[in-house]
Amino acid sequence: MRHPEGTRHERRNVAMAEELFRKVFTVYGGNFDRAGESSTEIKDRLKDLNIDANLVRRAVVIAFEAEMNVVMYANIGTINFIITDEEICLEISDEGPGIPDIEQAMQEGFSTASDEMREIGFGFGMGLPNIKKNSDFLKIESDVGKGTRVLSRIRINPDD
Amino acid sequence: MKLNEIKDILKCDVLTENQDISHVEVDTVMASDGMSEILAFHHPGALMITGLTNIQSVRTADVADVKAIIYIRGKLPNEKTVALALQKGIHVMATKLGMFDTCGILREHGMKGAM
Repeated sequence: MRHPEGTRHERRNVAMAEELFRKVFTVYGGNFDRAGESSTEIKDRLKDLNIDANLVRRAVVIAFEAEMNVVMYANIGTINFIITDEEICLEISDEGPGIPDIEQAMQEGFSTASDEMREIGFGFGMGLPNIKKNSDFLKIESDVGKGTRVLSRIRINPDD
Repeated sequence: MKLNEIKDILKCDVLTENQDISHVEVDTVMASDGMSEILAFHHPGALMITGLTNIQSVRTADVADVKAIIYIRGKLPNEKTVALALQKGIHVMATKLGMFDTCGILREHGMKGAM
């Protein structure tokens, strides 16, 4: 994460930017066969808009990791995906167990995943660190027993 | 290194048979059964080596812009997984070799790691 605190740019009213695309995806917990489909569509939409390949990759890593977290841990969740001419915004909210200690969960290697989750190639304590690494702005809020909300933003023109 | 050469030295079966691999070249390898590790150290156009054969292996390869996947230890993905790879233009092969031997042989032939 390049700017852990919200900068003036990130706090600016999103309404000022021109919205290019918006979609809300529903993600179902436990549905491993379809896990990743939303992220695949997000990649396609970003490519359609001729977004820089490196930004596409960063955004899709965030979306895919977050989508897998919802599938593995939550009952249901949504990915609110918004592209403006200034940023890519991904807001992932779920109804799940929540994260008791977010700081600990952000440490590489920390995991509460089951053996079943690891057998499908996830749950090695890299998911949230990968989301952090690829975000320009990241905010995670969690209510234990209720769910988690992840807000990630990537600036499209970092020099603006 | 050409994918055709890799196929020969690792004694691979090509699972995405309809794709022409004769002109496909890769120079970097990512090897892991952990998909988040692949995503953490992604290198566009790389070769991915994994023992994980489920559909998320192909979705991970797609997110990481991987050019080709080699499944190791004789494991084979199901038809749906191969079909997704074909749809995404990702070449898929399988070898009976394990992770250590697969990586060692590729390194002996000049391939480098992304991690």
